[in-house]
Amino acid sequence: MITFNMLVVVCLTYVVLLFVVAFVAERRAAAGRVAWLRSPLVYTLSLSVYCTAWTFYGAVGYAARSGLEFVTIYLGPTLVLIGWWVVLRKLVRIGKTQRITSIADLISSRYGKSNVLGVIVTLMAVVGTTPYIALQLQSVTLSFAVFAERGPAQWAMGDLNATALWVAAGLALFTVLFGTRNLDANERHHGVVTAIAMEAVVKLIALLAVGLFVIWGVAGGLGEMLTRIEASPLAETHFNSGRWVGLTFLSAAAIFTLPRMFQVLVVENADERHLATASWAFPLYLFLMSLFVVPIAVTGLRVMPEGANPDLFVLTVPLSQGQEGLAALAFLGGFSSATSMVIVAAIALSTMVSNHIVMPLWLHWKEAGATVSGDVRKIVLRARRISIAAILVLGYLYYRLTGGSEVLAAIGLVSFAGVAQVLPALLGGIFWRGATRKGAAAGLILGFATWAYTLFLPSFGPGVAMSAEIMVNGPFGLDWLRPQALFGVTGIDPVVHAVFWSITLNTFAFFAVSLSGFPSPMERLQGAQFVNVFEHSSGARGWSHGAAEAEDLLMMAQRILGSREAQALFQRAASEQGKAGYLPEPTPEFIERLERELAGSVGAATAHAMVGQIAGHSSVSVEDLMAVADEAAQIMEYSSQLEAKSEELARTARQLREANEKLTEISEQKDAFLSQISHELRTPMTSIRAFSEILMEGAALSEDQLTRYSSIIYEEAIRLTRLLDDLLDLSVLERGQVSLNRQRGNLRELLDRAVAATGSLDTQARMAIARDPASEDVALMTDTDRLSQVFINLIANAHKYCDAAAPRLTIVVRRLPEGTAVDFIDNGTGIPKKSQDIIFEKFSRLGDHSSAGGAGLGLAICREIMDKLGGSIAYLPGQGGAAFRVILPASRAEAA
Amino acid sequence: MGRTVLLIEDEPNIIEAIRFILSRDGWVVHTHSDGTTAYQSVLEKRPDVVILDVMLPGKSGFDILRDIRGGSETGALPVLMLTAKGQAKDREMAEQIGASRFMAKPFSNTDVLSAVRELAEG
Repeated sequence: MITFNMLVVVCLTYVVLLFVVAFVAERRAAAGRVAWLRSPLVYTLSLSVYCTAWTFYGAVGYAARSGLEFVTIYLGPTLVLIGWWVVLRKLVRIGKTQRITSIADLISSRYGKSNVLGVIVTLMAVVGTTPYIALQLQSVTLSFAVFAERGPAQWAMGDLNATALWVAAGLALFTVLFGTRNLDANERHHGVVTAIAMEAVVKLIALLAVGLFVIWGVAGGLGEMLTRIEASPLAETHFNSGRWVGLTFLSAAAIFTLPRMFQVLVVENADERHLATASWAFPLYLFLMSLFVVPIAVTGLRVMPEGANPDLFVLTVPLSQGQEGLAALAFLGGFSSATSMVIVAAIALSTMVSNHIVMPLWLHWKEAGATVSGDVRKIVLRARRISIAAILVLGYLYYRLTGGSEVLAAIGLVSFAGVAQVLPALLGGIFWRGATRKGAAAGLILGFATWAYTLFLPSFGPGVAMSAEIMVNGPFGLDWLRPQALFGVTGIDPVVHAVFWSITLNTFAFFAVSLSGFPSPMERLQGAQFVNVFEHSSGARGWSHGAAEAEDLLMMAQRILGSREAQALFQRAASEQGKAGYLPEPTPEFIERLERELAGSVGAATAHAMVGQIAGHSSVSVEDLMAVADEAAQIMEYSSQLEAKSEELARTARQLREANEKLTEISEQKDAFLSQISHELRTPMTSIRAFSEILMEGAALSEDQLTRYSSIIYEEAIRLTRLLDDLLDLSVLERGQVSLNRQRGNLRELLDRAVAATGSLDTQARMAIARDPASEDVALMTDTDRLSQVFINLIANAHKYCDAAAPRLTIVVRRLPEGTAVDFIDNGTGIPKKSQDIIFEKFSRLGDHSSAGGAGLGLAICREIMDKLGGSIAYLPGQGGAAFRVILPASRAEAA
Repeated sequence: MGRTVLLIEDEPNIIEAIRFILSRDGWVVHTHSDGTTAYQSVLEKRPDVVILDVMLPGKSGFDILRDIRGGSETGALPVLMLTAKGQAKDREMAEQIGASRFMAKPFSNTDVLSAVRELAEG
């Protein structure tokens, strides 16, 4: 016979064990040995906070009342986890990249870090979760009562209440101790999670043990059990498809909208890959938890007296069979279920309350900002601890108010339906960029109000929170507003009715309001971050390079993160920027990173506000900054267009200037050329005209004079003709209109011809011409007439300009790599170095030309010809006289 | 006493033509063909009139005219400038520097003669 006192001892021992497990886990984590603490197994087991006392005890009660319908509570989560790739993976990734601390933080952060939404979701979560916590307290006290009834001591209602109070206090202590050790809610609560994982094992073993007992201990075997199930009233319960769909939907929504589920699923997730394991392991866990529900219910209905509470069959059936040890195990299982739920829910809610309600209020009151006041870290932690206590007090008060007589399952469903109102804003937020803050707020408020009106308030029973009059006839006699028959739709199960209308109105308002407005820049940015989380997993943007002082930021960060971590963070950032010391440049990237770190502790909206107090004046909102940035971008675009245009103009101007310079140059060249032509033409003309006039006068001239003057006229006329010929020749060559008449020839023959042609110039045969006929025997394939013209020009120049007493011209033919070279070297004074460059220019006649009468076009023509023939002509310095080298290209020379 | 003309010109046929024309009229014609020493020759020969070509080897006719106008003894010396370039800007340049007369080649013999006579008479 197990005594009540023994049970208390067992219970306390179990609690001590929980503390020890949590403590050891924390110690191991602190020592860095987190390997198994962060295993997918622990993650999966921690998800079992889904299975509360409601599922542990209540599922059996549910089955006893409504047959297989309890399966829906397991079906929803199973579907969501199997389809984890779609929603959960995205939620976890967003949770990690945005350092999300709670579901309220997720909604707040997604919709432009709006704290209003954070507050709404927090309040909804508190309202929705408080009855649930009360439910856990109730289940623990009821299970105590079960044992107490059998003990010698008499239990009064007061003792029951005292038990609830003690349990609440104990849970508060545990949660405060292990749930608020570190401020960063985004860090793992290793102690808590490990303790939860252990509790998951305990409750599974307890339920399996009871199940195995009823099959083989009570019924006497599997076959007998099946027969009994056939015979039980459970088999006759009818299948309500509306409720099945509705409840499956609710439980599916609950798996990630329940604050505690969001906590373990997203916030406490250590590794995204754990989801893959959980996707099959958690459904398996749920399957095992539900496996023996029906046998226990059927057995309970058989063996227990009429009127016994089916919600306690798990406990009472073993007791009635004298299996007190098993009953104690079952008690511990129920206790585990209740405590784990309360602990995690309290952590989740306290994070939400402190981050979205307490901290904003505190920041608001402390107008001076976070830099001047005391340790924010302490204040946040204190706020969180007080919140935990307050939440448990609320739960306890709720339990006292409702008298602890509710049907367990009913409270659970009411709670599920309440938190499910976050669903449209949550799913819309992570899949639809068009979702807006106003849309989310409208949906949340309308859905929550509908839920409260149709399900929550009526759940207290007629006449408690809502008058029976309203329940029956609607408010103010408005029939269509009856809480359980909105718009005159009757005959539906109240829960399904409430879920249908609240979610429908919620979703409708969410989409309608979202579509009717535009998201603000901040919402758009955050929306992109959330919806496209897999494309760019960087943090939220928002800080322009502002007046943020690194030192102020460090002071604030120390208060929130603690000095060691804050300094490490700043030092790391500084060294990444290549700076020594603790103060990095407050670049936008750094401020964003800091804000993300802080968001892990105090939530996105608060972190944003706190950084905003330092990084930019609070009066300048992010929206303002965005507007400025937009404007700046437009101005920049416009100015870059202008810049491009002015660059183009400058380029055009430069081109025009160049063209102009070229034209001026050409014009000057033309002027100079015309001037030269004019001079060259007028000079012989002058002589011709003067002597013509003298002859025309018929003055008495001697025979000599007559001959002389007429010969001058003749010579000058020849000079003019030659000049005109040369000019035309040059002009044809320069314009490239010359057609070459290529033919076979021999170098020696060409030179012979040239020497012969110039012979007439040297009437006195003064000039000696030295040649080496053997070397001149080179076959050519070229325009031989043009090449002769070059040779004649060069030999003629030697005749005209060689000023040696015994003029001598040497013609040398050499084989050079670039072709055949023909050098014309005389023994005169040659051409001065400074003039060697210009002799090939037009009219570059040097010095006195009285004896020559050339126009200075000869060498210019030679150059043009050699150019056309593919060869070259150059002055050859250092030969002791004037020397020119003509090079015939090899291919041409050897083509013959 | 015979009046003298200094002809500064490098083209031999033109020298011969002008010499013939002026000598026939009773002028003593000195000639000089090198630009660099032309001013020196003016100082030595002390002619009544100078006939000056623009294109000369060594030194431009304009530079020689500047020297003549700059010299205290030659400042007022009548100078007839001849040019074969015949462009407007040469005429302007000559007037600017102070040529007494400007004539483009080819010239008429009588024009040269009458110009020299006029210049000599002042």
